[in-house]
Amino acid sequence: MSIQIKNLSRYYGEQKALDDISFSVGQGEIVGFLGPNGAGKSTTMKTATCFLPPSTGEVRIGGFDVTQDAHEIKKITGYLPEHNPLYLDLYVHEYLHFIGKLYGLTGSALRARVAEMVELCGLTVEQNKRIEALSKGYRQRVGLAQALIHDPKVLILDEPTSGLDPNQLLEIRRLIREISKNKTVLFSTHIMQEVEALCERVIVINKGRIVADDQVSKLLLRTRPQRVVIAEFEKPVTSGILEGIAGVTSVEAAGANAYRITSAQEVDVRAEVFRLAAEKGLALVGLRQEEGTLEDIFQLLTAKASDAH
Amino acid sequence: MIQILAKEFNSFLNSLIAYVVIGVFLIAMGLLMWVFPESSVIAYGYADMDTLFSLGPYVFIFLVPAITMRSFAEERKAGTIELLVTKPLSDWDIVLGKYLACFFLFVCALLPTLIYYFSIYALGSPAGNIDTPGVIGSYIGLVLLGAVFCSVGILSSSMTRNQIIAFIIGAFLCFLLFSGFESLATMNLWSANALMIKQLGLLYHYESLSRGLIDSRDLIFFLSVIFLMLSLTKFILGIRQW
Repeated sequence: MSIQIKNLSRYYGEQKALDDISFSVGQGEIVGFLGPNGAGKSTTMKTATCFLPPSTGEVRIGGFDVTQDAHEIKKITGYLPEHNPLYLDLYVHEYLHFIGKLYGLTGSALRARVAEMVELCGLTVEQNKRIEALSKGYRQRVGLAQALIHDPKVLILDEPTSGLDPNQLLEIRRLIREISKNKTVLFSTHIMQEVEALCERVIVINKGRIVADDQVSKLLLRTRPQRVVIAEFEKPVTSGILEGIAGVTSVEAAGANAYRITSAQEVDVRAEVFRLAAEKGLALVGLRQEEGTLEDIFQLLTAKASDAH
Repeated sequence: MIQILAKEFNSFLNSLIAYVVIGVFLIAMGLLMWVFPESSVIAYGYADMDTLFSLGPYVFIFLVPAITMRSFAEERKAGTIELLVTKPLSDWDIVLGKYLACFFLFVCALLPTLIYYFSIYALGSPAGNIDTPGVIGSYIGLVLLGAVFCSVGILSSSMTRNQIIAFIIGAFLCFLLFSGFESLATMNLWSANALMIKQLGLLYHYESLSRGLIDSRDLIFFLSVIFLMLSLTKFILGIRQW
């Protein structure tokens, strides 16, 4: 079951929320959907879950079209909407039963499934409480449990970890990793670490356009074609010595006694720097490679996109 | 649809709404029927239930929108409508489930008033001196009227995310449909067309049923209004403007 989006645009009145976006998520793949607030993440997800009709373009889930076979799509899709809306006056158990019934589960199958979800999502202690009495982290678990109750093939999670404290964040991420085996998962977030922690592939969206769609590792490479190593010595050294290392393209000072050594991406100069220091009797006190972070990439990509406008 | 109906009805029972609605209606009708001398059967001296059937609709104009106001307004405010709409349900399932839950609560409030019939039946001199077909017709009329009010209330609830606005619009529309056309027809503008305008109102058809004559035209009128209101609700739900 895959997600295919082709030339999708969506207008809210005059405002264009999605501008001709296309991407697809293959069977069993976990993809992060990354973008600043208001970029169009939620709109895309609402379209994919048959909540909002596309203005133009085509959205297919598992081969079904959202405008024609909405009912089929709803049966195979689990959806956690943004802000995780819940019926606060219901008990956890009651709520999961209600949602299960909506998916056509009945009798012992329903009871077994609810029990399984309670167990999986770590709600055992809280299952007999009203949802309004639960903390945000537990509510999020209830939201995930309802999205999973019918064992969906496709899972669409809109900001599943927003507003959680660091402990809850880790737990929910662990839970998502656990449940996403053998499922096609598209989740949105504006937290970079989340993408790194959960998935291999990321789609970056900004102002209704897709600005990147690639493997996380490749994306990291793409924005940083050169490798930068920062070497710190006990005493100042002449930069000429460092420039003499094979493969180094430039050396510049980066603070007292520290130097930014740039080389081509394929060349790792760290071993050479160490050997050189040992040879010349220089005390090397620090040597680290500068990593391109997703934050950099994100800023780079979204800034580029806004320049273009 | 059954699942929505069951859930909605349960949430009426689990909150105070059901008990307040039923309690207030029965207390109000009980006072009007048996206690307040102006409208009391005992002071009036005739064995009929006109007080219930003539004042009941006005009580329902306020009570029914109070039952229905949360149906969609609350779901929209809390965002849970997104949850419902993305489940494998048709829009009709959602509208009808909510509508029927409100309607059943209305019926639950009305059912205990059957005791009044038996009381008056027994109090009559001689006992049993009551226009039974008239009472049956009036009950059918009142149930249909409640069904229309529920559909109007559901529609007004779907128009806004604010429950108070839903209530006020609902009560106003109920009033307008019920006796608005009747009052409009009394204006001196229409000459021969006055009857036609009168026939657009619910009151005209309600009174016709009260006479104990179940006319298919009246039934069709009530059912058409319900269908129109629910179709509009479904249409509004389909626009997804929120």
